[in-house]
Amino acid sequence: MSKTIRLDSTEAAKFAAKIQERSGEPIDMCFQCGECSSACPVSSDMDLMPSTLVRFTQLGLKDELINAKTIWVCASCFHCVTRCPKGIDIAKVAEALRQELLRKKLDYVEVRDLSMEERQEIPQIAIISNLRKFSR
Amino acid sequence: MKIPYFPGCSLKTIGEGFEKSAIASAAILDFELEELPRWVCCGTVSSLTTDDLMHHLAPIRNLIRVEDIKETQLVTLCSVCYSTLKRSNALVKNDPEKLKTMNQFMDKENEYQGSVKVLHFLELLREMGFDKIKEKVKKPLRGLTLSPYYGCLLVRPKEFGIDNPEDPTILQELTKALGADVIDNPYQLKCCGSYHTVDKPNLVADLGYKILTYARNSGADALVLSCPLCAFNLDNRQREIKRQYPDFVEIPILYFTQLMALAFDLGEEKLGFDIHYVDPVPLLKEKQLLIDSLPLIKEK
Amino acid sequence: MEEEAEKEKMVKVYIMGREFEVPATLNIVKAFEYAGYRFVRGIGCRGGYCGACATVYRFKDDYRLNFALACQKAVEDGMYLTILPFVPAEKAQYELDKLKPRGTVLLELYPEIARCVACNTCTKACPQELEVMDYVQAAIRGDIKELSNLSFDCIQCGLCAMRCPAEIVPYNVGQLARRLYGKYVAPQAKHTHARVEEIHACVFDEELDNYSILVKEDVEKLKKIYVEREIKVG
Ligand code: SF4
Ligand code: SF4
Ligand code: SF4
Ligand code: SF4
Ligand code: FES
Repeated sequence: MSKTIRLDSTEAAKFAAKIQERSGEPIDMCFQCGECSSACPVSSDMDLMPSTLVRFTQLGLKDELINAKTIWVCASCFHCVTRCPKGIDIAKVAEALRQELLRKKLDYVEVRDLSMEERQEIPQIAIISNLRKFSR
Repeated sequence: MKIPYFPGCSLKTIGEGFEKSAIASAAILDFELEELPRWVCCGTVSSLTTDDLMHHLAPIRNLIRVEDIKETQLVTLCSVCYSTLKRSNALVKNDPEKLKTMNQFMDKENEYQGSVKVLHFLELLREMGFDKIKEKVKKPLRGLTLSPYYGCLLVRPKEFGIDNPEDPTILQELTKALGADVIDNPYQLKCCGSYHTVDKPNLVADLGYKILTYARNSGADALVLSCPLCAFNLDNRQREIKRQYPDFVEIPILYFTQLMALAFDLGEEKLGFDIHYVDPVPLLKEKQLLIDSLPLIKEK
Repeated sequence: MEEEAEKEKMVKVYIMGREFEVPATLNIVKAFEYAGYRFVRGIGCRGGYCGACATVYRFKDDYRLNFALACQKAVEDGMYLTILPFVPAEKAQYELDKLKPRGTVLLELYPEIARCVACNTCTKACPQELEVMDYVQAAIRGDIKELSNLSFDCIQCGLCAMRCPAEIVPYNVGQLARRLYGKYVAPQAKHTHARVEEIHACVFDEELDNYSILVKEDVEKLKKIYVEREIKVG
């Protein structure tokens, strides 16, 4: 399957800059070594590898990024940043990307959709952290 | 020595045994863990975007409460609370502008001066020395083989961790001092799936299966850890693991403070084993670390 | 003469943007009525108890938003006023008899309390000066007793819920906790039970019957009995 990636200069560059600023991470420094992807414990559930997420952010590929499963799979475990030779924290990049949607009233997890059994079983720490990550 | 202590929400429910055993064992080491007055939920995960101050309010409010009682340290048990409080503290210390904005917003509070140091209880133990802890052991945990588990936030990211992020030893040192044996588990640093336990329990079960099965196959009797979220994912979620992997064999989960309370021989009511999913009592009886004659106190 | 001038001291207020001069002695509700408005909703006891008249106001040239019970707050010069006839709020359905007073019940029925960011906005909004944030926090950790105590004076006015950025409705959570506390936790009032028993055993029926005869036949005598009745204090 081949895919054409269109580098729309101004829009893409703006989006890249926005995510770089919101995440506070030196995304431009990434040279695609792939250390992060091999360190990530949940990459098997991702559609874009962590290193690809960073590459696409450099390129400002907004649609591909905000529609990626990866941003909702990242567990903020900080394995990637521990290994990255450039110290890029992909948990922050993923959060900056999620916020792009969450700030526009798009919830990924809606707390009231949890069943009564789930509410009874799952402890506060899990529900609170999950909502912090996945609801607006 | 009195020291302000931040429990966090889950130590009041599923982490009850963690809190009880910690307070009791700390007392043996002359630490009086004093619950911080009017503490608020830290938010559990630190906000990771540069422009979101709202989610740093709760951690900073707690640090203000510490300054309010004229103290300079705050100790936590939960790895997640530890990380969140520590990160917000670092944020405002490095960025006075942000602190100013937050102080202005929290106009009903005293201004945060940045004088508080956030500590994990394990750091206190290391500071006092594991030899000293060994001296207090009444009932060494002989014959018990444990697999230490760190997970993420106790050691990562490295600026906010309490030990080497790739090769930590603090839990090994403690368990050895208490007389137990430890195994090497390459999964000791792997994420348990964290908050995905809400939206992706299957993913959490996959991760837990690897961590726990390795421990079991390497001869560990139980896992030892320091976080109520890890504990939920690795203990309660064993039901899902079993459903997904029929070959899975259950293994108990223990908080490091429960080990201390056992080794200091503080009595079963300080252990809180009654709310564990996989009951550690049969194992501990088999190893003669708990005696049959004492019935377990069931609260509820 | 001077007294009269005092009485007639007027202040300038702005009701939904329109300027009015009203006597300074009025509360906000009365000021509205003085200006010609009539309350159909958003009003109740007029005594500071029912919470129906919660309102917000600002002063000219002041960024702060202020909160009050309109029936209790006296008008001041330069107030920008409005009315809040109703606060939309969602309440969980439950049968108290089937609940257990476990701390986690609060999170089960109102899981959105997990969204609290401890911003304290609710506390600043409360006209009863309750520590609303503290009671929401008590709810998260499941401390039913603390929550009941801290929210005890809540009059369900709804202002906290209108202000909460996490869209929590604190007062319904507090109400649930007080119900659980009252039913399952607080020590039972023995004398109340004894009295209920007496009522069931028809101990007071004859006395009441006598009064109902007086209602029809000798109201003056009934009034006298009422005025001279024995009042227990404390
Ligand atoms: S922080 Fe996210 S991307 Fe990085 S290793 Fe963990 S799950 Fe993977
Ligand atoms: S480890 Fe760092 S430099 Fe290497 S690919 Fe990942 S983000 Fe890029
Ligand atoms: S707690 Fe909320 S509903 Fe209750 S009196 Fe205060 S503001 Fe009104
Ligand atoms: S306003 Fe809402 S989010 Fe803020 S402290 Fe109150 S309950 Fe929590
Ligand atoms: S009308 Fe009832 S409190 Fe004001």
